[in-house]
Amino acid sequence: MEVCGTHTMAIHNAGLPGLLPPGLKLISGPGCPVCVTPSSYLDTAIALSREHSVVLATFGDMMRVPGTSGTLTDLRNEGYAVEVVYSSLGAAELALRQPEKEIVFLAVGFETTAPTIAATVKCAREKKVTNFSILAAQKLLIPALKALIDDPELRIDGFILPGHVSVVLGSEPYRFIAEEHHRACVITGFESADIMQGILMLVEQIEKRDHRVEIQYDRAVQPNGNPKARAYIDEVFAPEDTVWRGFGIIPQSGLVLRDEFAVFDALRRFPVTIQESPEPEGCRCGEVLRGLVEPSECSLFGSECVPESPVGPCMVSTEGSCAAFYKSSRKSVELKS
Amino acid sequence: MSDAHKREAEKITLAHGSGGRMMQRLIREVFLEYFDSTELANLDDAAELIIDKSRLAFSTDTFVVKPIFFPGGDIGSLAVSGTVNDVLMKGGCPLYLSLAFVIEEGFPMQDLTRILESIRATAKRAEIDVVTGDTKVVGRGEADGIFINTTGVGVILPGVDVGGRNAKVGDAIIVSGDIGAHGIAVMAERNGLKLEGDIRSDAAPLNRAVLPLLERFGEAVHVMRDPTRGGVATALNEIAVSSAVGIVLEEAVIPVSEPVTAVCDILGLDPLCLPCEGRFLVFVDPAVADDVLSFLSDLEECSNASKIGEVKGSSSGEVQLNTVTGGKRLLDMPAGEMLPRIC
Repeated sequence: MEVCGTHTMAIHNAGLPGLLPPGLKLISGPGCPVCVTPSSYLDTAIALSREHSVVLATFGDMMRVPGTSGTLTDLRNEGYAVEVVYSSLGAAELALRQPEKEIVFLAVGFETTAPTIAATVKCAREKKVTNFSILAAQKLLIPALKALIDDPELRIDGFILPGHVSVVLGSEPYRFIAEEHHRACVITGFESADIMQGILMLVEQIEKRDHRVEIQYDRAVQPNGNPKARAYIDEVFAPEDTVWRGFGIIPQSGLVLRDEFAVFDALRRFPVTIQESPEPEGCRCGEVLRGLVEPSECSLFGSECVPESPVGPCMVSTEGSCAAFYKSSRKSVELKS
Repeated sequence: MSDAHKREAEKITLAHGSGGRMMQRLIREVFLEYFDSTELANLDDAAELIIDKSRLAFSTDTFVVKPIFFPGGDIGSLAVSGTVNDVLMKGGCPLYLSLAFVIEEGFPMQDLTRILESIRATAKRAEIDVVTGDTKVVGRGEADGIFINTTGVGVILPGVDVGGRNAKVGDAIIVSGDIGAHGIAVMAERNGLKLEGDIRSDAAPLNRAVLPLLERFGEAVHVMRDPTRGGVATALNEIAVSSAVGIVLEEAVIPVSEPVTAVCDILGLDPLCLPCEGRFLVFVDPAVADDVLSFLSDLEECSNASKIGEVKGSSSGEVQLNTVTGGKRLLDMPAGEMLPRIC
């Protein structure tokens, strides 16, 4: 299983699935931040915009994620302010440029984006920026991997572990996968050659029954990770139980702002109430994210659920399992019909 | 809800204008419903008009680029080269251009004259005359700075018959230079991205390459298309469907500059989906492919030209990419807006 969505995309872009020998199959894991963000989060963001007239600043791939009350693209079409930014700092700069407006940054992502978001919040506090806040939904990868590996249905022999998250985490936190659960682990880079080497290293571990955490991506990842980045996360955020789309609640797997940074918490500044949101009917994203079914096994795939009007989160992001699968191995071209 | 009712309730989104699948739908399922011109239905970049035995290429385009000034160009140079290139892609020698402005109240005169200077210089380079124009000024907030429309007309060269429906099995597909720089240059400027490496828009009129190419190779040239919105991926998918052929591309020989590749990697963008404004794709008879390539490579503006693929016998309308690693994948057109990724 490749845990990270960027790996999924790189694997499909390079056409690797067709090159694998029989008996070797890659399964996409839960590592696409957009995919696992629940629709309640979108509904909250949309309510913030509608009820408090804030400007929402977001990474691009959140724009098409469906909540029960529509997408951020729909919201922008209705005339509400939604700005696409490339980093959390971009959102803070927006706040400096538009002091008369309230900017709320949609803080999603894993340990890769969390340090920069933490740094942005600290920076905003130092510069006394009063019109900037975040709607926190960052997630932690290790608790999700724990939940995944505890699932008795799951049959995965090895993990292609994420390169960029591991730049921050290092290799230590994954040891339980190899030592307690006896699965092969390789922290892998994102070039085609990296991924192929990572797969080879996994196969060698499995054949020798020598399960450990190896670092293929050693030009970027140190065993100790980046302690400074982790210190930023710890200073600004605290872990709490949180909902993953397709997984439900995973203990201590989300990040919320610590009390001393409460002034930057959009929810505390602009309270909203939203209705409970059930998963879309027929959508099997939950099983896809667990690696239990292929995207094509979902009845909505390719018919009701396509990249331009996604039903489930895995179709939304270009990194999502279903979008990657759709883009690269779809056999029919809609235009002809 | 019926389809008709669904459509009534729909609204136009930015994705409808981004050159991908949503825009294809808008054009085919909405616009074409109202007009039955066979020329329009070809959906080429320019229409072919026959007037008193003269064959004319006729094209119009509107320019709303933000920001209006960007590295390597501006809305003025784009307004000329965009329309000139569309006329060229139909095999026309561009002759006359119209120029229409919608300007927002409060727009700086200094910026307007800078744009006009750029239009003059680009028109000179494209050897086209601006012969008619229009100006409208709207209130503050009713437009965003300045919008420009240009319409171009040119005479189609004798013996030339190019169009999206003319791709033939076996045709070699050549791209005239490295792709994606325009898209990245505009995106970086728009979002204040501080990029290392000097990425400048490729926007330029293509007459100095296209006209001699057509004069020399004439009938052996079957299709030409400038990969603007939606990039090479969209252009080739459109051609594959229009000509009912399959297309196979070789990723290893598609020219992309190192800085563009690096930015695409960081932002999760595909260079094949990025717009170019000074590049063209040309489908030629395989017998002349090498000559066309060496002819283009000798021109300064096409020095990175490369033969990137060929037309295959299937009528699937599919574009297949053979990857650097030896894998294969289907190259689709982007669904909607190109959106940068989280990480």
